Amino acid sequence: MWWRKLEEKIVYLLMVISVASLVILLLAVLISIFVKGTPYLSWEMVSQTPKGGYYFGREGGVLNAIVGSLYLSFGAVFLSLIFSLPLSLAMNIHLRARPKIVNRIRFVLDILWGIPSIVYGAFGFTIMIYLGIKASLLAGIITVGLFIMPIMVRGMDEVMKNVPVSLIESAISLGSTRMEVAFKVMVRQTIPGIVTAILLAFGRGIGDVASVLFTTGYTDNVPTSITQQTATLPLAVFFQLGSPIPEVQNRAYASALILTVIILIISIAVRFLSNKYYSNRH
Amino acid sequence: MALCTNYKTRKLKDQLVSLWIRFMVLLVVALPLIIAFSLFYKSWLILGHSSLSELLFSSVWRPLAGKFGFFPFIISSVWVTFIGLMLTAPICLLSAIFLTYYGSRHLLRFMQPVIDILAGIPSVIYGVWGILVIVPAVGKYLAPMFGYESSGFSIMAGGIVLSVMLIPFVLNILIEIFRTVHHDLFDASLSLGATKWQTIKHVVLRKSFAGIVSAFGLGLSRAFGETIAVLMVVGNVVGVPENLFQPGYPLPALIANNYGEMLSIPMFDSALMFAALLLMVVVVVFNIISRRTIIYLESKH
Repeated sequence: MWWRKLEEKIVYLLMVISVASLVILLLAVLISIFVKGTPYLSWEMVSQTPKGGYYFGREGGVLNAIVGSLYLSFGAVFLSLIFSLPLSLAMNIHLRARPKIVNRIRFVLDILWGIPSIVYGAFGFTIMIYLGIKASLLAGIITVGLFIMPIMVRGMDEVMKNVPVSLIESAISLGSTRMEVAFKVMVRQTIPGIVTAILLAFGRGIGDVASVLFTTGYTDNVPTSITQQTATLPLAVFFQLGSPIPEVQNRAYASALILTVIILIISIAVRFLSNKYYSNRH
Repeated sequence: MALCTNYKTRKLKDQLVSLWIRFMVLLVVALPLIIAFSLFYKSWLILGHSSLSELLFSSVWRPLAGKFGFFPFIISSVWVTFIGLMLTAPICLLSAIFLTYYGSRHLLRFMQPVIDILAGIPSVIYGVWGILVIVPAVGKYLAPMFGYESSGFSIMAGGIVLSVMLIPFVLNILIEIFRTVHHDLFDASLSLGATKWQTIKHVVLRKSFAGIVSAFGLGLSRAFGETIAVLMVVGNVVGVPENLFQPGYPLPALIANNYGEMLSIPMFDSALMFAALLLMVVVVVFNIISRRTIIYLESKH
């Protein structure tokens, strides 16, 4: 008997330790990024492009990467939305009566989700060569757009499948077309969920390196057109950290901090939205 | 009459949108095949040049001499993935059990954002953290503890960083799986006098064994394809590592590091696309098996 109790206690202790370690690990990552990045975060850092080359120049900031990242992520989210929204609407309205097909699509989406971003990068690179476009913002947007599409669709699908079928049926019985049901009933019902899915996809897109490594190139300038090369924040971290010059490395740490802050803001927004969504429903 | 044209435009709009939707569905279903096919097409050259067994099991890597043996990369990938999973497994299992069966609702409410943020942090940030914290720790403390000398940039460092990245991913799936275990089974066991941990050990873990394995299968496929964080800490030296404190060179790192140079040599280009194809096949196979198991388990409940 005493052994059982002891075993229970030991396991309990181990479990408390492992849950606590999650919090500790998160704090460890965040603290090391903040401690290393904060000293170099200045107005100069966020308002100037690197001077004298991103790899060797000691002066300047990472404005090119910040703006490039935002262009790239907004572009990719927008592109992906054109595909994702109709698809998730179709899965939950047009194909609602055929769960087998819908489940098969979900399965394919989960598989797509699991494909590593470096494979998307290699795929994007082959398309790029096939279509004859050079490494550019456009090629990056296409690759990242493909890569975040399954995340977006599954996010939207998750909220849309909870919309009661009676709501759709009553709208159709009142004479709406399926498209009207989709945009005037479904989208309106699930807008916080849709925004959450978009934010999650945005977070994924802005933080990924492997998919843009092949496709966007890198430049010290802020891109002015979609066919130019562009820098992004994760690439700025990755490339500048490899430089032997300390000032350049500091730019990498500052970029890492900026990227982390963006991700934290997105996380908080997602939490806020999903809390709101659920409190509305119950 | 006005009503009639209105009806017509509505109908037309509906049909156009339906067409668009149908196209989308087809595209998504075909996308994995398109990706696989285009990678296969690009690796055709290398497959004609060397036999598959030579590609997979030879450890001679001299792109300029036309020798492409992927074995060092494959073995590095396997080691890093293995260490990552081994380290992440106990933490995930124990935390998932605690959060599902022991913790209060408040704790779960507090932990969910922690898990979400861990999942949301980009891999390059984990890479920076790895360079700042894990690499020195491995080089100064962990390697000497086992009697090895190491710069820190090693398979071990890659595995440790990877394990942290896998935690939120595997943990979320495990929590989902434990939730599908019936509560009456749990209650029945408790009412027979078993302690909570005995119940979990003999009922819950046994009931959800296949699910747990699939969760780690999904974790494995995630780990196998993880690129940047591992690349930053693993050292990237070609060669079959003799121990875990030596540098390795996993497959994704190989692709990521060589993209600039490969264009000039068609065979090299083809070899890297073959690496991407290999990566995709491994990941997709593990994904399919694991997901099928999970779907099967869920349909039983």
